[in-house]
Amino acid sequence: MNNQNNSFFGRIDWITIALWLALCIIGLFNIHAAVFNPEHPGLFNMETNYGKQSIYIFTAIIIGFSILIIDQRFFISAAPIIYFIVVLLLITVLIVGRNVGGNQAWIPIGSFRLQPSEFAKLATCLLLAVYLNSQSSKTPNMQSLLIGCCIVLFPVFLVMLQPDTGSALAFFSLIFVFYREGYVSTKFMVFGGLAIVLFVLALLVPNEWILIISLTLIATISIYLNRQKRKHIINISVLFLASIIYVLSVDFVYENVLQSHQRNRIDIILGKMDDPRGQGYNLNQSKIAIGSGQLFGKGYLQGTQTKYNFVPEQSTDFIFCTIGEEWGFVGSVTLIGIYIFLLLRIINIAERQRTTFARVYAYGVASILFFHFFINIGMTIGIVPVIGIPLPFISYGGSSLWSFTILLFLLLRFDSARKGINQN
Amino acid sequence: MNSFFERKYIIQGIFIAIALLIIARLFYLQIIDNSYILSANNNVLRKVIVYPARGVVLDRHGQVLVQNEPVYDILVTPREVKNIDTLFLCQLLDINKEEFDKRLKKARDHSPYRASTFEKLLDVKTFAKFQEHLDKFSGFQAQPRTIRHYPDSIAAHFLGYIQEVQEKDIEKSNGFYRSGDYIGASGVERSYEELIRGTRGIKNQMVDAFSRPKGIFMDGKYDTLAVSGDGLVSSLDKNLQMLAEKLMKNKLGSIVAIEPATGEILTYVSSPGYDPNMMVGRQRGNNYMKLLNDPNRPLFNRPIAASYPPGSVFKVVAALTAQQAGVINPQTVFNCPGGYYVNGARMRCTHVDGPTDLIKSIQKSCNTYYGYVYARMLDSRGISTPEAYSLWREGLTKFGLGNPLGIDLPGEKGGGIYTAEQYTKKFGSAKWKSTYNISNSIGQGEIGITPLQMANIMAIVANRGFYYRPHLIKGIGEKQIVKKEYTEKLFAGVDAKHYEPVIEGMSRVVNMPGGTGYSVKINGIEMCGKTGTVQNAHGENHAVFFAFAPRVNPKIAIAVFVENAGYGGTWAGPIASMLTEQYLRDTITLPKHLQDRIYNGYLLPKVEKKKEEVKKEDNKIDSSKTNNQIAIANKKKELVVHHSQIVR
Repeated sequence: MNNQNNSFFGRIDWITIALWLALCIIGLFNIHAAVFNPEHPGLFNMETNYGKQSIYIFTAIIIGFSILIIDQRFFISAAPIIYFIVVLLLITVLIVGRNVGGNQAWIPIGSFRLQPSEFAKLATCLLLAVYLNSQSSKTPNMQSLLIGCCIVLFPVFLVMLQPDTGSALAFFSLIFVFYREGYVSTKFMVFGGLAIVLFVLALLVPNEWILIISLTLIATISIYLNRQKRKHIINISVLFLASIIYVLSVDFVYENVLQSHQRNRIDIILGKMDDPRGQGYNLNQSKIAIGSGQLFGKGYLQGTQTKYNFVPEQSTDFIFCTIGEEWGFVGSVTLIGIYIFLLLRIINIAERQRTTFARVYAYGVASILFFHFFINIGMTIGIVPVIGIPLPFISYGGSSLWSFTILLFLLLRFDSARKGINQN
Repeated sequence: MNSFFERKYIIQGIFIAIALLIIARLFYLQIIDNSYILSANNNVLRKVIVYPARGVVLDRHGQVLVQNEPVYDILVTPREVKNIDTLFLCQLLDINKEEFDKRLKKARDHSPYRASTFEKLLDVKTFAKFQEHLDKFSGFQAQPRTIRHYPDSIAAHFLGYIQEVQEKDIEKSNGFYRSGDYIGASGVERSYEELIRGTRGIKNQMVDAFSRPKGIFMDGKYDTLAVSGDGLVSSLDKNLQMLAEKLMKNKLGSIVAIEPATGEILTYVSSPGYDPNMMVGRQRGNNYMKLLNDPNRPLFNRPIAASYPPGSVFKVVAALTAQQAGVINPQTVFNCPGGYYVNGARMRCTHVDGPTDLIKSIQKSCNTYYGYVYARMLDSRGISTPEAYSLWREGLTKFGLGNPLGIDLPGEKGGGIYTAEQYTKKFGSAKWKSTYNISNSIGQGEIGITPLQMANIMAIVANRGFYYRPHLIKGIGEKQIVKKEYTEKLFAGVDAKHYEPVIEGMSRVVNMPGGTGYSVKINGIEMCGKTGTVQNAHGENHAVFFAFAPRVNPKIAIAVFVENAGYGGTWAGPIASMLTEQYLRDTITLPKHLQDRIYNGYLLPKVEKKKEEVKKEDNKIDSSKTNNQIAIANKKKELVVHHSQIVR
């Protein structure tokens, strides 16, 4: 094992790089389609999103390979400093940030706008990996979990102040990291999943009494079936009471905590509101675009929904519409295939790491990418609420592309050095 | 290794499960549910109707009667209106600032993104000035279209006009017409609407999210082209028509000239007329109201909708039907002591004709003679008078009287002849005799005929017994198709042999010194005619003259009806003569002073104010209906006149 593929480039995971590049190029082409104006069909224009994205990709390649050259220990030791800088930026953005679409998320630097929340995910991942690595000799305990959670939740708190709910929610995907490292149990994950389902149901069912009566019914039947086992009866009762309280509090949160546009979005996604010209416009047009793509799509630059601006924000959050419309089911499934291949590849990389640091970091990367993938595509096809987050490597935007690229290439850097770390 | 290693599988499982969930959803959206492709097309496609050019109408020699002329609508897209010189634009379009603001606001209310009409129907000249500066008026654009144009401003009643469809047209058409479309409203434009309007095209215009036009769907693959309407060749002779309209200037009445051999109408005048160009363009609304309120009723289509007692010209029909019935023959002689005084009937002749045979009766227009003829027709046939009357009436209907002839124009009336039942009802018993309604014998009484029917009688006489339904269009489309009903030869019920004595009488009217039409004799052409004068209770009598020429192998049959013109030979005769000669010889030899008298004659009635008001009210109702009612009312008044006053 020692002397095989020992050269620097031989140890880099080229498959991941190929997948990354493929996604970037798919993104570039679809951004071109999204901003394509049939009346001025010039191929390359630096002023368009398409032209800018080309530069971002070019820069991202340089950044990516620079990372591969730098000693991985630099990043490990710099993790707290990076985290600190990002926190400073998150505070700065609240003071000097540009308000775009209701979110104060951008710091203008010349013609470029920096979005610190994109880099916050990276910094959080890195610091969490460093911290959990330091705790790796002990068995998972509550104190480590709490400190780990604090590392995650502090930037979440700052991002919520912008308020950029979508980006904030992305941090919660790091639950997979805690789960993989044994800090939370499978039971917790199951209950968490149940909680989400109940949350949706609580909002969906117009009268909470229907839900409460249903829960009571289920509980009664469960108790009857388990009438011989006293311990189970107690568990079921506790669970039942917790559910009732939870459902009631969801209603409270929905009515009093969420902002009205978020409430509307949830209403629309749950089908409670049918308003194709108002709030539901985005979702409706997005579904029309994707649905009208059918099996093979309308062809490159032929998507009428895309070309004629029926779908808003189509080069950023709704980029998947363009893919669905112009490349059809075949193209969409191909893209999903590439994504899943990349995610599984990252898990594969994670599991071959010898250090907790690299493994935690790798799971962090997988979690964040997965969350963006699921929420972004899910919202365009109407299975999750419309939450404004980008599709990594594909959506237009420098901050997003660079931060995800750095996130991924750091992993590749750590991966390529895994033997070295082991030897040290 | 790590003790939680197996959790990798759970995480991988979740990732794959979510991916499958997304794929399943995509499968539903993209493959199973087909409604999205429809929604996408609804989003992006606007079916734009491309209007075809209406068919052109030519005269019988291929000269243009109505054609299409380019005009321009100015459209405005309110959102794109920025930094324009409003005053300059107003000046170019000849509107004021308030009007400008009003129109812009209306357009904005309609849609700020979509182009709506700002100004309609700019003519080429006005548009040329505007176009020079069009680039300075951002948000404004021009849209070409066509309107009707009549190069010689003639034949308004014949050609008719088009107008925007009304609610009832839309309903009737099963949705073919849409609000804002144009439809033929009268004349040939209406009766040939379905042929002349052409086939519309459909353009699949794509629009963006703001309904702004963005090119043509699939490069026009699903578009259909507009097909221009069929051109029509009319039977009208343009030069003759122009002369006829000139002759009828400042007179009320009708002229109808027919080519006997075909039933084709050569001239069709309803006077007063109007310039058909008034019914198009920006001033149409004002012009239309002006015409509608004119007491002389220029929109009234007299040749087919007015009904008058024919007067003495009716004697021609009476002579023919009586011969066919066998009650007289050319040798039959009645004595005229200066009137018909039989069994209490009193019908005076203006002079004493003495013993009168058929030819002389026509030549002299002897009332007494036709009183006897009518008495024989009704009272001496071995059947009851009402039955005999029915036979008499049937003879008239074969001559095309009493019912519409079926001309290719909308709104044709049939005139009217009482039935036997109507008389029985009127007299309260079936035991009435010819003396009860003796005035029928000379074309007064309860007989109403249209000028078209009058001309058609002449065509029958010219043909010695048959006719083709009079019609205006002799060729449709490229193949010059003639409608089948106009190629059908119709027998008038009187054998050819009976015509000669009548024609001889008519010839003498014009060609023998002392004839009532001798003053309008055409040297070298044997024109056969008959004058008539119809009593008018309101003022001057109506003048009638009908004729055909030449006697052998006739080319033209003509009826001229001039209201309030007095004696038939004075006004109607010269007009018929001039038109006949013009048509046959392309020149007019009638003495200059006679011609000038006609050209300069002014016979329009002095309108009493009260009368005008009544007519205005009438005109507010459906005009054709009202016209008919007034015609009937007029007729009834005319019926009241004393027979003794009738002159030949």
